[in-house]
Amino acid sequence: MKNLYFLATVLFTILLASCSKDNETPEAVNEEELITTLKVTLVPVSEGNTIVLTTRDLDGDGPNEPVVTVSSNLTAGVAYNGTIELLDETKSPADNITEEVEEEADEHQFFYTIGSGLDVTATATNLDSEGNLLGTEFELTANTASSGSLTFTLRHEPTKPNDGLSSAGGETDIAATFSITVE
Amino acid sequence: MRIYFLMILLLCSVPLLSQSCDYTLSGVLTDLHDGSVLEGATLIVAGSERFVVTDSEGKFMILNLCNGTYSIQVSHPYCLTKGYSVTLSGDTFKSFKLEHHLEELEGISIDGRTIRNQSKTLQENILSKEELERFGSRSLGDALASLSGVSSLNTGNTVIKPMINGLHSSRVVIINNGVRMEDQEWGAEHAPNIDVNAIDKLTLIKGAGALQYSGDAIGGIIIAETSIIPFKDSLFGSTQLGGASNGKGTFMTTELTKSFENGWYANLQGSLKRFGDFETADYILSNTGINQQNAFLKTGFKSFDYGFEVFYSLFKNEIGILKASHVGSAQDLYRAIKSDRPLIIDEFAYDIIAPKQEVTHYLLGIKAYKRLGELGKLSFQYDFQRNKRLEFDIRRGSDKGDASLDLELDTYSLRLDLDANTSDQSSFKVGVAGSYQSNFAPNTGVRRLIPNYDKYDLGAYLVADYQLDDQWLFEIGARFDHTQMDVFKFYRKSFWESRNYNQLFADLVVEDDGNKIRTNPKLSFNSGSGTVGVVHYLDEKHKLYFNYSLTSRIPNPSELFSEGLHHSASRIELGDLTFNPEIGQKLSFTLERKEERFSYSINPYLNNILDFIVIEPITTNTTIRGTFQVWEYRQTNAQLLGVDFDASYVFNKALQFNHQVSLVKGVDKIQEEALINMPPINTTNEFVYYSSKIKNLRLALQSEYVFRQNEFPDTDFDIYIPETETYESVEVSSPPPAYHLLNFNSSIAFGFSEKSTLTVGFQITNMFNIYYRNYLNRMRFFADDLGRNVSVNIKLNY
Repeated sequence: MKNLYFLATVLFTILLASCSKDNETPEAVNEEELITTLKVTLVPVSEGNTIVLTTRDLDGDGPNEPVVTVSSNLTAGVAYNGTIELLDETKSPADNITEEVEEEADEHQFFYTIGSGLDVTATATNLDSEGNLLGTEFELTANTASSGSLTFTLRHEPTKPNDGLSSAGGETDIAATFSITVE
Repeated sequence: MRIYFLMILLLCSVPLLSQSCDYTLSGVLTDLHDGSVLEGATLIVAGSERFVVTDSEGKFMILNLCNGTYSIQVSHPYCLTKGYSVTLSGDTFKSFKLEHHLEELEGISIDGRTIRNQSKTLQENILSKEELERFGSRSLGDALASLSGVSSLNTGNTVIKPMINGLHSSRVVIINNGVRMEDQEWGAEHAPNIDVNAIDKLTLIKGAGALQYSGDAIGGIIIAETSIIPFKDSLFGSTQLGGASNGKGTFMTTELTKSFENGWYANLQGSLKRFGDFETADYILSNTGINQQNAFLKTGFKSFDYGFEVFYSLFKNEIGILKASHVGSAQDLYRAIKSDRPLIIDEFAYDIIAPKQEVTHYLLGIKAYKRLGELGKLSFQYDFQRNKRLEFDIRRGSDKGDASLDLELDTYSLRLDLDANTSDQSSFKVGVAGSYQSNFAPNTGVRRLIPNYDKYDLGAYLVADYQLDDQWLFEIGARFDHTQMDVFKFYRKSFWESRNYNQLFADLVVEDDGNKIRTNPKLSFNSGSGTVGVVHYLDEKHKLYFNYSLTSRIPNPSELFSEGLHHSASRIELGDLTFNPEIGQKLSFTLERKEERFSYSINPYLNNILDFIVIEPITTNTTIRGTFQVWEYRQTNAQLLGVDFDASYVFNKALQFNHQVSLVKGVDKIQEEALINMPPINTTNEFVYYSSKIKNLRLALQSEYVFRQNEFPDTDFDIYIPETETYESVEVSSPPPAYHLLNFNSSIAFGFSEKSTLTVGFQITNMFNIYYRNYLNRMRFFADDLGRNVSVNIKLNY
């Protein structure tokens, strides 16, 4: 039995001696590909108010839901030039992710899904290097007074060219829905 | 005179020639002391060059003998060679016994057969080298799944995780050459890091046997052992080459052993495997290739008094994950499920791109033993393992091509075992073990799935058995473990507060920057486990096993610390800091009949698990990327009730029928619903034709029928689809229909010199190229399972 005690002691000592690796304070991870914010700016082609649509989800896939805001209603009969901005606002200053998307334009595409009640039309106006649609810039025309949903979807590695969202495939990076009213 | 003499000789030989010489001597070779069967022993018919080798059940068969008396020399690497005189009159059955001296001298912990008689009161299922070779181009999980009661949880067809009686991951312990594998086994998409070609013998224990290695094997234990080295001057080896049509893959494995009579030895094994995209009955599974390398080396010295061994193993693989399975959100998942074909099908390729896994497992061990006179035998083992795991997702910008998940798990362990000198009827073993584990996750620009931590474990055990008489054997064992974890983790503040951790665990907070909270949880667990069992020998053929085991498993890091999107599963997973260890109580009975003609074993069991940790969907969470299903770990009480049945019937020397059926029912006792991912009923039926006259030709036709799983929890959920402006149900829970596969397997062996044999194998799986999906394959949402595969392999022993 004495032997056993002795061996247990030896075992313990070697064990503790081997625990020298220093794990202490891990480096904080700043999520690099996080997109917290999608901001759509609609500037009227002729005259009127600039409208800003924003969805902001600062905790990413955390429990808090995104906060969605629409600055004002659209005006019937007005055409708007739209630009989409993607930001990571957990960084200071905020990271502009749109630049990354535009650099990899041939691997990305924005789609606009217009809800049934809403009478607007949206068409992408910028293209990737292959001449296929990218869609970070678009033209939106508010036709008649109406209301409904407008969804912006960003797909990573879609099939290009395609006939729209249903046949595009790829992985969804952004899916943001706004309630829009045209008056 | 000479003529007369010749004529007399000729006359004498006439009756000899006319005598029929097609009798068979068959039998079983067993150990004189414990009655265990002896595999790999050579029987030589004296005066001829004929010899046979006993199979895994110690059986042998020598064909084409005449009536008369023969001298048979029986030798085994661990036994003293012995000669027997056998008189044959017709087909004769004869059992031989050898004295298993050398193995006892040589000792338990050095020869690779480290874990003999793990648990005497739990039936062991064994896969021999010959059976394992049929899985040379596949994986350890595939080989194990051929045993009754074992299924596999798959991610595609290269990540095959064994599931024993419905339990998997941290509940299944794998022992590789005497070392408990620490390879991040908690993840469902993490397969064991062992090459099937490096194993000589694979033992499965469906319960908590082997208390000297672990007390937490609630599901069971898998023991992989490398080859035994003989006590003689020899140099031998084997090389196997194979190719398969599905995946257009090839593999090669080679092994070389050198041993000396004075006890020194060395053994070297290596294998390479490369497959491109696999295919279903009708399309290519893009990005499903595998590239794997493995090397194993051991060298040492053994003698009666002492011995040692140093071994090193390197296992490295790169596995592609089906490209179409990489989805962003629940909306993407919905599209994938609705489509009957994968949304991405490319041309066949060998290249593996993201999403993929790259895993490297290093293992270095030192073992030694010494006899301490009266006390018994003392064994010592030190081992170091490093598991490096990289997972690549499809990334953007400057991170493209970088791993999203990077984990390095280092484990150091030490153990000391004493095999006490006791009487012939009993054995007694006691030991202590300690280990230190460190997980390190560098910054990859993606939040850590598993935090950095240090873990310390100290355990002690005792196992004893007693053979009362030739009818009863009793066994008892106990183990105690103390574990401490020192964890360094960042929590997202919103999560920390939503779980009320700011009230419960305020003292763990080290730093709060407004968004993230740095914490330092220090966890400590004590866990006890024990087992009692009985074996009753009813008669020569029948044996009854009974075993009760109590096991406790501490929660693993993913159950404790998960908090966010698990990219490869496209779901949010939430762990819980407050978890207790799981306590499993398993009752297992086995009735076994072993006989020449008709053998069977029937094994009903009941496993009750208190505080069983289960992950299941609770809600959905809307993010800027779309909707995700939120899966949360919770503790419940689970009950698994099942039965495994095996039978074989030998029609004659050439034809045998094998049957297997397994059934398990898993219930969540608190929610009163079925447990998720329980294997459906499955049955395998096989005819085997064998002829020793035609070059040991073996032909096997196998039918594998898997029923539909009808018991499952409903975890479907609704999501909003903007394109159609409708709410749709994402059907993630409904199991696929039943399926039936036919497989063919054949081999033939040519001996072209005294020591060399060439074995050629030919196999077809899924002969009729049917379409099917497997409930236990995580890729079933995206694609069909494998189509027909034709493979050929050639093995040369020298």
